[in-house]
Amino acid sequence: MTQPTLVLACIATLLLLAAGAAFGARAPKATPLVYGACATISLVAFGAALAGGDGTMVLPIGLPWLGAHIRIDRLAATFLALINLGAVGASVYAIGYGRHEHAPARVLPFFPAFLAGMNLVVIADDAYTFLFGWEVMSLASWALVMADGRSADSRRAGIVYLIMATFSALTLLLAFGLLAAQHGGYAFADIRAGTLPPWQAGLVLVLALIGAGSKAGLIPLHAWLPLAHPAAPSHVSALMSGVMTKVAVYAFIRIVFDLLGPASWWWAVPVLTAGGTAAVLGVLHALMERDLKRLLAYSTIENIGIVFIGVGLALAFRANAMPDAAALALTAALFHAFNHMLFKSVLFFGAGSVLVATGERNIERLGGLIRVMPVSAACVLVACMAISALPPLNGFASEWLTFQTILVSPQLPQWGLRLLVPTVGTMLALAAALAAACFVRAYGIAWLGRPRSPCVAGAQEADRWSIAAMAVFAALCLLTGLFPGLVIDALSAAVRQIVAGRLPAQAGLPWLSIVPVADRSSSYDALTVFLFVVGAAVMGSMLVHRLGTRTVRRARTWDCGYPDLGPTTQYTAASYAQPIRRVFGPLLFGSSETVQMPPPGDLSPARIRKHIHDRAWETLYEPLCKAVLATAELFNRFQFLTIRRYLSFVFLALVGLLLALTIWQ
Amino acid sequence: MHDFAFDIAHMLAGALVLVSLMMLYQDRLYALINVLAIHALVLALSVAWQAWVHDAPHLYITAAIALGFKAIAVPMALRRMVFRLGIHREIERVVGTGLTMLAAIALVALSLEVMLPVTAGVDPVSREDIALALSVVLIGLLMMVTRQNAVSQVAGFMSLENGIVLAATGAQGMPLVVEISVAFSVLIAFIVIGIFLFRIRERFDTVDVEALDQFRGERG
Amino acid sequence: MIPLAMVQALAAQGTQMFLVLLLAPLLVGYVRFVKARLQRRRGPSVLQPYRDLLRLLRKEVVLPDTSSWVFRAAPYAICSFTWVAAALVPTFATNLLFSWSGDLIAIIALLGTARFLQALAALDAGTGFGGLGSSREVMIASLAEPALTMLVFAVALIAGTTQLSAIAAAVLAPDLGLRVSMALALIGFVIVAIAENARIPVDNPASHLELTMVHEAMVLEYSGRYLAMMDLAAALKLLMYASLIACVFCPWGLAPARSGLIHYAIGMAAWGGKMLVAGTALAVFETITAKMRVFRVPDFLGIALMLGLLGTLLLFVSRSL
Repeated sequence: MTQPTLVLACIATLLLLAAGAAFGARAPKATPLVYGACATISLVAFGAALAGGDGTMVLPIGLPWLGAHIRIDRLAATFLALINLGAVGASVYAIGYGRHEHAPARVLPFFPAFLAGMNLVVIADDAYTFLFGWEVMSLASWALVMADGRSADSRRAGIVYLIMATFSALTLLLAFGLLAAQHGGYAFADIRAGTLPPWQAGLVLVLALIGAGSKAGLIPLHAWLPLAHPAAPSHVSALMSGVMTKVAVYAFIRIVFDLLGPASWWWAVPVLTAGGTAAVLGVLHALMERDLKRLLAYSTIENIGIVFIGVGLALAFRANAMPDAAALALTAALFHAFNHMLFKSVLFFGAGSVLVATGERNIERLGGLIRVMPVSAACVLVACMAISALPPLNGFASEWLTFQTILVSPQLPQWGLRLLVPTVGTMLALAAALAAACFVRAYGIAWLGRPRSPCVAGAQEADRWSIAAMAVFAALCLLTGLFPGLVIDALSAAVRQIVAGRLPAQAGLPWLSIVPVADRSSSYDALTVFLFVVGAAVMGSMLVHRLGTRTVRRARTWDCGYPDLGPTTQYTAASYAQPIRRVFGPLLFGSSETVQMPPPGDLSPARIRKHIHDRAWETLYEPLCKAVLATAELFNRFQFLTIRRYLSFVFLALVGLLLALTIWQ
Repeated sequence: MHDFAFDIAHMLAGALVLVSLMMLYQDRLYALINVLAIHALVLALSVAWQAWVHDAPHLYITAAIALGFKAIAVPMALRRMVFRLGIHREIERVVGTGLTMLAAIALVALSLEVMLPVTAGVDPVSREDIALALSVVLIGLLMMVTRQNAVSQVAGFMSLENGIVLAATGAQGMPLVVEISVAFSVLIAFIVIGIFLFRIRERFDTVDVEALDQFRGERG
Repeated sequence: MIPLAMVQALAAQGTQMFLVLLLAPLLVGYVRFVKARLQRRRGPSVLQPYRDLLRLLRKEVVLPDTSSWVFRAAPYAICSFTWVAAALVPTFATNLLFSWSGDLIAIIALLGTARFLQALAALDAGTGFGGLGSSREVMIASLAEPALTMLVFAVALIAGTTQLSAIAAAVLAPDLGLRVSMALALIGFVIVAIAENARIPVDNPASHLELTMVHEAMVLEYSGRYLAMMDLAAALKLLMYASLIACVFCPWGLAPARSGLIHYAIGMAAWGGKMLVAGTALAVFETITAKMRVFRVPDFLGIALMLGLLGTLLLFVSRSL
């Protein structure tokens, strides 16, 4: 069975499974059965993607004169592997988590459809199949976002998501329309054969950036992401954050690098600016949040910004005919996309387990979960360290590659790029440091310390399926971090197909270090560093226990002489972020704090209120919404006219047409 | 590849940019006046070094004027004025520190981007010096724009003028530099004295009391 | 049969790793000694930190009853990450056996891991002080780390690589000259080093007042051997930053690869001299400066960030600046 046939068979099975689940969702064992089947099918697809080899197929379904073109090249295979690995993890997690679902009939049919849509987008070789898969993906995930239809938050999230998804599909449709206008053929092979005039190519770039960027979560098109990702069930949130955003990245790479032909240097400017802004603003918003899943959603925006910085740099190098540097940039971007899928999935799985165990998403009411859920805590700790780009985990490896790309950038000849790249580098560095702060806060407040509310007392460890999924992905984070050379070599085929450049082969280097640029001596060896650290820890503990005592005594935490220090004397999440809010807030959020102090002698509590404005929402969305509503109000008046006015409309239309006929004669 | 003399010239020009940035950062008037003195001192050193490298003795005079007048005399006078007037020691900012510093860095980038291509055919040493001098001028202008206090605006103007002198000495073949610098310095002295006389007249009734008294009623 | 050259190389690398571990408390003791003398006190002896460490090691550990395994494991992890980072910085010789893993970005990220774990452990005890120190520390880190990254970019753009031995070699090369961006990078590095090591004017290492402490607040709940390890980690960090600045900005005296004992001895003497100068300069600076308010520290670190950005910008735009 050839590779495309196998993947198509997987997609067809998923769709059949979706249909079956629509009817049999209320059966007693339906949940583990459906998710188990999804996991198996995704595993098969993952194996097919890793197997290598290219293939094309044309199916007679779809538009009559077009058919459905399917093609698996190296880029598609890489993203297929990413999607299906994420799907396996989410499905295995859902076998355990799905038991706590209130209305399985609202989730089970749409989950396989969601997976099928994502796979279809990646293997599509013509515009129609691509957009069909894109819409299936959007609609299935919308249905999953609306799974908890009772709460007002879900409904609001659903409507905003639907509008933004339609908007992104519309812009992509326009982009494909412009691309296909040259030869009139929608198949990607036809589109590649033609070349666009530069202004049209630029327009396609902007449309692709808006369309793919709004699905990926670039600012200012991100408004739906912090609403929709938390509203969905946790395994779906993990897929939406970890995998669906990468499908959007795939769409951008496919359109701009593959279909659009030769690049101009200025194309990199909007991409880099969008990436840098998303990186910094995303993580700052995450620092202000106290809902655990919204925090993770904003962090996704930050990581997508980092991926787009890599993509922008690849575009700049490609436009300047520097293929090896472009290969480095694109490798860094793809590596970071893969890493983000791994650690964001673990974080969302952890958030889901917390939600199931305590019923709370607000970290201000959590605390001390590490004592009741030790294994989940350990896995989430590994993921928090990975997302903060700390060695020897995988987040640092991809970030190191991105930094090395920036160090190669002075060779770019254009002035605009030479001024933009250091600025973007600063934003990247700032985002990385703030991400570490954000996840110290999230982990420290929610999992460490003392419980801030009674809901923690009844919490139990997650079931073994959830733990299995978390542990496997956390282990993958560590392994990918220790052996980044293997991943870089695996990505090199896709990178070579897209930018025709290559990194030096990493597999044969001593001690499994990675060397990004052949003629320089910068190298990063994760394994050596890891072994050193482990060795130092062992030696250190042996030395300490030799020279000192081993006695330990537990006592009450020092309370400075005040009796009954309750858990509310701990730092809250808002107070933890206050210094950073004070430094960055006034500039970027217009934030301010008002304090109401009662007069002396009054026993009522003092109140502090913080005001934060989302500038993108206030300057872009609200005026747009108001304009749309005002126009709708205006036209609404046509609903309530008298019969005489309707007759006069008909009369005027008739007279106008007759006039037009006479003038045109 | 790198001549030591040119490196020293670049160092001094870079130090002047750095001192301009320091001036933007200052919060108190006395500290601002001290940094203004350092600014003029670095300018004097830079002009003297240019005089030595290019063997142009008239530049020594410019350096001496910068040192004596702008580094010693004017800051002393300003300090005494500030002390006598008891002017509010905080500097009122229009825009916050962070944003001002970011704008200053953007101005440095802008001046480098403008000057380096334009002077493509010139002696490679003076190219960067002129670019850095333009950034000093622009930072001086930024300082004048983002402050409300008259003394800080005068400081901005003087640093602007220092930048012009640096640019003039960097480009060789300007024999009137001495005259121009003297004229500008005198002009500044007049401006400084003029502003403070106006201030004194505005705030204190030790000068022309009879003339001012009639207007006092509106102030309440 | 292991060749002699390999044995020599291993011995040299091992000497470096244990040298930094043994001499770190000495640097701290020396700084305290100079500060005391400048304040017209006799002060403790230079070897006092060693006695303090031994005393703490022999004391019983008292654990807060609300803490978890993170609290117990953190000191070991922090100490080993800091020790590895300090051991990878060339002190008396370049191009030792494992010097190719001495990547500047990786070394700084190792310190970032140590700081992450320290901030977490502070939150684990569930007290107000831990949260206080932790939140101030991450605010300082959120500005110090980008500043450090930009400064590393500036240095790496001049040297063409991020590997420390190669950077030292590039600075020693005769055609480098005096570069403006190197001067800016030096000032920036010193500012960031002061901030990261919790020294005046950013933080007072001798204070336990709620208003003034950052680093001390994070280690407030530790006692016994855990506190000894945290103190040792802090001393290693100081030594690492001093060695880093010495290696990057004045690498004269560093023994080249695989040279004889004489060169190593000269290298060690040069390094010892640089550490003495660094310690004295730090002590003098701490004595003449006052500690800043916590919310002036972002302005202070903003200077370092601006200098790093300016240095990098100058290097992107021009070749000789």
